[in-house]
Amino acid sequence: MNARAAVVFLIFATVFAASSQAAESADIQRGREVYQYWCTACHGFGPMKPGTVALQTKYNGTRPAMLEDRTDLTPGLTKYFVRNGVTVMPPFRKTEIGDADLKALAAYLARPRKLRK
Amino acid sequence: MENHKNTIHTAAADSRLPPGARSAPVAGEVKLPPGVSAKEFAAALALFRQAVGAEWVFTRAEDLALYRDAYSPMWDEADERLASAAVAPDGVEQVQAVVKTANTYKIPIYPISTGRNLGYGGSAPVLSGSVVLDLRRMNRILEVNERNASVLVEPGVSYFDLYRHIRQKKLKVWIDVPDPGWGSLIGNALERGAGYTVSPFRDHWAAHCGMEVVLANGDVVRTGMGALPGAKSWQQFQYGYGPQVDGLFSQGNAGIVTKMGFWLLAEPEAFRACRVRVPKYEHLAPLIDTLSYLMNSGVMNSMTRLESPLLYGIVIGGPVDAGVQALLARGATTQELEQYGSEHSLAYWSAPLRFYGPAKVVEAQWEYAREKLSAAIPGATFDEEPVVRFPLSDAQAEETLDPASFGVPSLVAFGMGARSPTNPTPFSGHVWFSPVIPMSAEAVMECQRVFITAFKEWGVQPLGVPLPQSYHPRTFVQIYGFPVVRDIETNKKNRDIFRRMIKLAAEHGWGEYRTAPAFMDDCMAAYSFNDHALLRLHETIKDALDPNGILSAGRYGIWPKHLRKERT
Repeated sequence: MNARAAVVFLIFATVFAASSQAAESADIQRGREVYQYWCTACHGFGPMKPGTVALQTKYNGTRPAMLEDRTDLTPGLTKYFVRNGVTVMPPFRKTEIGDADLKALAAYLARPRKLRK
Repeated sequence: MENHKNTIHTAAADSRLPPGARSAPVAGEVKLPPGVSAKEFAAALALFRQAVGAEWVFTRAEDLALYRDAYSPMWDEADERLASAAVAPDGVEQVQAVVKTANTYKIPIYPISTGRNLGYGGSAPVLSGSVVLDLRRMNRILEVNERNASVLVEPGVSYFDLYRHIRQKKLKVWIDVPDPGWGSLIGNALERGAGYTVSPFRDHWAAHCGMEVVLANGDVVRTGMGALPGAKSWQQFQYGYGPQVDGLFSQGNAGIVTKMGFWLLAEPEAFRACRVRVPKYEHLAPLIDTLSYLMNSGVMNSMTRLESPLLYGIVIGGPVDAGVQALLARGATTQELEQYGSEHSLAYWSAPLRFYGPAKVVEAQWEYAREKLSAAIPGATFDEEPVVRFPLSDAQAEETLDPASFGVPSLVAFGMGARSPTNPTPFSGHVWFSPVIPMSAEAVMECQRVFITAFKEWGVQPLGVPLPQSYHPRTFVQIYGFPVVRDIETNKKNRDIFRRMIKLAAEHGWGEYRTAPAFMDDCMAAYSFNDHALLRLHETIKDALDPNGILSAGRYGIWPKHLRKERT
């Protein structure tokens, strides 16, 4: 690779990486909205949230009770529970959480540590 | 809720699955609607796709699995109610197009709003093989009229949706919310669901004002003032002109409701939560009679419920006093229980009183209520929380431990059966048995006696502690919960008990106000005056309006002619 080609490659790679990062951020941002809309009523903070109480009981402090604080939720795991439900949590239909929104939600819950507040 | 060891027929989790997980969607052949050939069904599906767009017609097994009633007490059984397809329109014209196709090919369709009537139903049809008409995409809040405190919505609008809209716009109106915040305003009202604030708003059907309905022949009807073109008061005047037909569409199957208006509660200035406690068993009669008077005379505009701190703890399902347990175990007399309660500050009965209105009026109402209760019941004592003034801040609304009293939707009630410190083995759902009984001490005691005797004989104990609630102003609803688990035999036993309870209740003049699809025929059968004259009337209307029997076959026990079974 000559010097000119290397510069072109670097510019291309930088632009590609930036757009990829932007796409990821948009996905995560949408995922946060989906989470706020669909999940917080059960998985938000506090004693009035049955999902949080259930996970606090299940893990007894060994894992965070709040889903947003978990760092082990792979996209596959999130998608499984949304489409299958668990105990008293029903599955969610595609008219509720469409596949694109589910992908965004899964990305949000699996977001890198550096993107967590 | 009490530890689930005290509940009926619970079962261990399915060992094939991750702990607590539901069974995976069942792959297999698409189910056909009854009496419809594969060729006809394919033709109908093609027209459905044309009407709503291919992406909004669901036929794959993994998509149809999402339409199973997650709380079905017939889960995984041969007669579990399953959809053959789902179609999700996004407007009244698309609904009409679907209805037209359904008539052409005699396809049974089953509209759902948000499909979250869990405990009384879900997103599955009553008749297996029906095509679910999923109205969730029709989720527009068409108008909120703050000056007249009313709203017009589509069926996909949930209580959460409208609540967020109202808070975002800082409107001075409240919605009355039922337990499922994810429920549809329209769906819940059509089920005749109820909430917890002020009458008549907490009777969601009573608070409706005007409907738009697609009939089985595809015609669009507007009820009330909506029948007048250019009407200026569709959401303000319930009756319009001529016979009021709205009732045909509640707990029925005469049409598909595509718009509906509701009256809202203008935000009150203040609220106060209070409680009365009375020491003796015999105080039940004057307690209920006085509470009835306070409600029926307009002094107390909210609901109440009966509690027994002595027998059950002040919080339903809370810890029971060990001394009381010992007394009950040895068959102590009422006088001994009263004596123990007196020594340990445990009232035999209590009831909440809640007041909404101007702060001065709320104070005066509470003062008057105390006077009436004190005069009627020697030894009555009172608790009162500080006055709450509105509007609540976002933080107050988020953090309140009593969201329903403030018109704040939540999913708190779904803690019932969920994993918790007192329920380490969660259920998969629940169904509610909800007979209506008179608002009198005699009725409460008879109901307790009849059901407790039956439970002992049957060796069962339903979920929670069943004490009556006054969702409606002149009656109590005596709610018993039954767990749904992923064990067929357990669910069969519970269904059998549920059906026995329906019959037992009917023998005593108590009927359900609402029920899940599994029990709709049983509950309707109990309303049998004059050889089921009311059901025969429903069927006459059904046959006239829906001769092909395409709409919600079997809903609330009303079947189209070709599926009607001989009544025994």
